[in-house]
Amino acid sequence: MANAEPRWLRWALTGIALAFLFLFLALPLLAVFGEALAGGWRAFFAALKDREALSAIGLTLFIALFVLPFNVVIGVAAAWAIAKFDFRGKSLLITLIDLPFAVSPVVVGLVFLLIFGAQGLFGPWLSAHDIKVVFAVPGMVLVTLFITFPFVARELIPLMQAQGKDEEEAAISLGATGWQMFRRVTLPNIKWGLLYGVILANARAMGEFGAVSVVSGHIRGETNTLPLHVEILYNEYNAVGAFASASVLALLALVTLVAKTLVEWQMRKETEMLDTALTPEKVDQESETRP
Amino acid sequence: MSRLIRDFLLGLVVAGAVAASVPAFAESSLLNVSYDVARDFYKDYNPMFQKHWKAKTGEAVELKQSHAGSSKQVRAVADGLEADVVTMNQASDVDFLVEKGLVIKDYAKKFPNNASPYTSTMVFIVRKGNPKALQDWPDLVKPGVQVILPHPKSTGNGRYSYLAAWGFALKQPGGNDKTAQEFVSKLLRNAPLFAAGGRDATTTFMQRKIGDVLISFESEAELIAKEFGKGEFDVVYPSLSILTEFPVAIVEKVVDKRGTRKLAQEYLDYLWSKEGQENAAQNYLRPRDAELLKKFAAQFPAIKTFTVDEVFGGWPKAYPAHFKDGGTFDQIYQSK
Repeated sequence: MANAEPRWLRWALTGIALAFLFLFLALPLLAVFGEALAGGWRAFFAALKDREALSAIGLTLFIALFVLPFNVVIGVAAAWAIAKFDFRGKSLLITLIDLPFAVSPVVVGLVFLLIFGAQGLFGPWLSAHDIKVVFAVPGMVLVTLFITFPFVARELIPLMQAQGKDEEEAAISLGATGWQMFRRVTLPNIKWGLLYGVILANARAMGEFGAVSVVSGHIRGETNTLPLHVEILYNEYNAVGAFASASVLALLALVTLVAKTLVEWQMRKETEMLDTALTPEKVDQESETRP
Repeated sequence: MSRLIRDFLLGLVVAGAVAASVPAFAESSLLNVSYDVARDFYKDYNPMFQKHWKAKTGEAVELKQSHAGSSKQVRAVADGLEADVVTMNQASDVDFLVEKGLVIKDYAKKFPNNASPYTSTMVFIVRKGNPKALQDWPDLVKPGVQVILPHPKSTGNGRYSYLAAWGFALKQPGGNDKTAQEFVSKLLRNAPLFAAGGRDATTTFMQRKIGDVLISFESEAELIAKEFGKGEFDVVYPSLSILTEFPVAIVEKVVDKRGTRKLAQEYLDYLWSKEGQENAAQNYLRPRDAELLKKFAAQFPAIKTFTVDEVFGGWPKAYPAHFKDGGTFDQIYQSK
């Protein structure tokens, strides 16, 4: 396709885009690693080997690993219900799923405080039974679950809607049980979309700051996640420690980015394969039915 | 697909192991909820106390710390963060817990020195060589001088800076509330911005190179030196400043529930021991112990100070008069 714009304009626009990209994405990333290594490699590793830093990394991974299976099960169930069935209140359900995207994370944290905090709705009861929810790991898991909930469902709903329910109906009519149909037909169809949703949810779970900060209580070595650890070290004038921890988060983000790209690539490859596999068959069928 | 599920389960087991390695709630443990820059102090103090407690009772004790902005911390305690003791940088934060019925009303009398084991004061941090020759408070209100301080309404440092200037003006010949308000209003007019907190003010001054002088805790000047280098700035002591107190208190409800009253009492009492006081001095906080203060005299230049109680009749009076909506800060700021 010929391009109407003069060459210099194209170059200028590309240049602006690249400069923007560098300024807002690459430069901050470089700055994080630069600050982290400002005190040399030794100080960098010492900051990460610190007991409190290790426990923050451990807790961050624990919360993410705990939250993801829930997200998968609930997300698939919700997407399944919405994409394959019609029922009353469906649009309400979709709105509810989107709610965590719309609410500010800090507000989410405060709402959990209002429900489970000492002055909150269930506070006195929980305190009387010696159950700790907020300012302990359960509260942090709960808010993370809330925040990351939409990712899997949101990723799967359009995918499942596009796929329709023909294949599932075929499986049932051939005598498959519900579980067999789900495992052999539905799951293989959505696996890449599911993985994509899980990756996004994971990135959010590990990086979440606002909501977790409200319900954490910041107890060192116990309820401190990596993003909270970064803030605290920075406020304590420990820049090297703060940026060393931040660089771990940045590395996690880079890994997520690579994984995301791989999954996207795999998804595209599969749909292309499916297309090329389907087209000749259709032609054959048509020529057969046509006498 | 079942492999994916298996991997998930495996991951959960690993994560569980990680979580288990985080020490669980032991029988004898104590949570100290504190302000953000107190970490260095308690990092050294806690092992000292553990040794002391072991020698005294033969028991091992686990000490846990929580640090964040002090107003946020007391809010968390009121919302159920189970702190056995709070160690704050301003009485108004502990007063909040009194209001909520978690700390007894006369907590300041339960320990010596107004329940503040160490003190500090507000000083000026100026550019290397003091190019604008800023020596005392009146130099800060001169036209063309840029003053950096945290927001007086929402931060502890900001409130102390504000009251320090107010008290100075009040104590000048012919000084009264009106001249003091005028003086502080001139000072605030010289502030190009209000930082969000102590750390933010430091970053503004040291890293972004905005302003001619930063008003800060004496103890924080050392932290700034640690990060930015000692030769990067000069510390100037004004002729008169405010004595900043760091009150500690037992959280009654929590120690009764957890049965940790004795431990909490001893933990705070020990702050006044020789070891505890010396640790304060080593962390650039002025010890109450007169002998030690003399020993570390090189580190703590003599400076005339006044307390919030002396000049303002205590925080319960000073806070609403100056920082609540419609207080002097709002009056100054609205006419600015």
